[in-house]
Amino acid sequence: MAGSRTPKRQGKIGLEWFSILLLLALWQVISMLVQHRLFPSPIVVFIEVYDLAREGLLFPDLAKTLSRAAAAFVVAMVAGIVIGSVLGRFRSLDGLFGNWVLIGLNIPAIVVAITFYIWFGLTEFALIIAVVVNKAPLVSVAMREGVRDLDYGLSELAHVYRVSFWQRVQKFIVPQLMPYVLTAARTGLSLIWKIVLVFEVLGSDGGVGFRIGLFFQHFDMKGILAYTVAFMAVVILFEYGVLRRLEHRVLGWRPAQS
Amino acid sequence: MATGAKLIADIKEKSFGEEALFDGLRFEVPAGQVVALIGPSGVGKSTLLRMIGGIDPDYEGDILIDDLVPADAEVPGFVFQDPRLLPWETALGNLLAVKPDLADDEGRQLLVNVGLDAAENLRPGELSGGMQRRVALARALAVSSRLLLLDEPFVSIDRKLARELQALVASVVDRLGLTVLLVTHDPYDAAVLADRVITLRGRPVRVVDDMALDTPRAARNADHVAAIVSELDRGMRE
Repeated sequence: MAGSRTPKRQGKIGLEWFSILLLLALWQVISMLVQHRLFPSPIVVFIEVYDLAREGLLFPDLAKTLSRAAAAFVVAMVAGIVIGSVLGRFRSLDGLFGNWVLIGLNIPAIVVAITFYIWFGLTEFALIIAVVVNKAPLVSVAMREGVRDLDYGLSELAHVYRVSFWQRVQKFIVPQLMPYVLTAARTGLSLIWKIVLVFEVLGSDGGVGFRIGLFFQHFDMKGILAYTVAFMAVVILFEYGVLRRLEHRVLGWRPAQS
Repeated sequence: MATGAKLIADIKEKSFGEEALFDGLRFEVPAGQVVALIGPSGVGKSTLLRMIGGIDPDYEGDILIDDLVPADAEVPGFVFQDPRLLPWETALGNLLAVKPDLADDEGRQLLVNVGLDAAENLRPGELSGGMQRRVALARALAVSSRLLLLDEPFVSIDRKLARELQALVASVVDRLGLTVLLVTHDPYDAAVLADRVITLRGRPVRVVDDMALDTPRAARNADHVAAIVSELDRGMRE
């Protein structure tokens, strides 16, 4: 049943957490073998995380980056879902605009970022729009496939029983599209984290990427890894605290999920 | 006892591309009669049922359900060849998906009526093939229609299960007095369930036989059924 944790599932989660510990152990061993200031051990890095947090740098930077990522994520998901649904539903529009999506998918992120920074200046707006332009095509492609894959038999069923429009959307269409939405959300999030950081290095007044850019100028690996670890901790917490729960709740009916 | 709907099908023309599938096909089904449409696979039986169900409105002619065109008539109960359940909904949820104003208790009772006493919270993936078909039948009954359209409901299932479902359909139909149009390629289904059998054949499709089965459904024994099947087989071959 949705929400309950079977011993098998608990075992899988345990294994996943163990793999993170294993990665940290491997890092520790390699750092002990390398013995170089450019390859600090996880213990040193965790101490640096603590120090940076105490100095009041870490959390404001994290908050800034996360808020940018969140804003870009929401806008990109909404735009991508709308565009992808329309293209999936209307073949003629897909013929007309399909190549725009293809170009959007393949245009280098750095080009988009620089272009928007030149056009709009080093502003929050430019950064978020640049991320959205990079991410929305990915979502729209996933949604287009989802709409094309809608089960025609279920559409017939809804038709013969004269199911109302909203009931169709709620009970027949959205559940079929949710796997595509979640896949787009997961791949999109991983992309957005990375793009936001790169764009912050290019030009911003704060955030994880901005700070890593400063550390880079001093070859401060301790600081770079401290921010990376903190950022990855947030990403992992989001994965287990939000995405996995949502996935289990929404897709719990699928045999592979139960 | 509810009274079934009256059905008139008078198809002047229905084509797929250049080929005329129907070119003057007419039959009537009085209220409360169970009519089997039999004929070889691909003859157009399911297409005809989809037209009557309002899924395919692309034809010339008239289909009248209680003197109304399908789009204006009451929603029919429709059982497809496959159960066609929403895999993310429970058994009860599948009933509510097509009939949102159905009270939970009514839905549960419908499931009990088709032999699913403790399945309301199970999803299709947790149900056997036979149970899924029972849910599909309960869903068709959930709309409280006086017309039940069955499109090869016993195809691709084992014989034992098919017999169980036939008995279930017969008991439901007898209890509710529904008008039923059963599409099947298997004369046995018709022999067990129908009051009347219309045999379709050819291109364009024509009625080659229209046979009333005099022995009441409940009174038919194995010999009766075998005799009817034999006669229907002969009619389909001629």
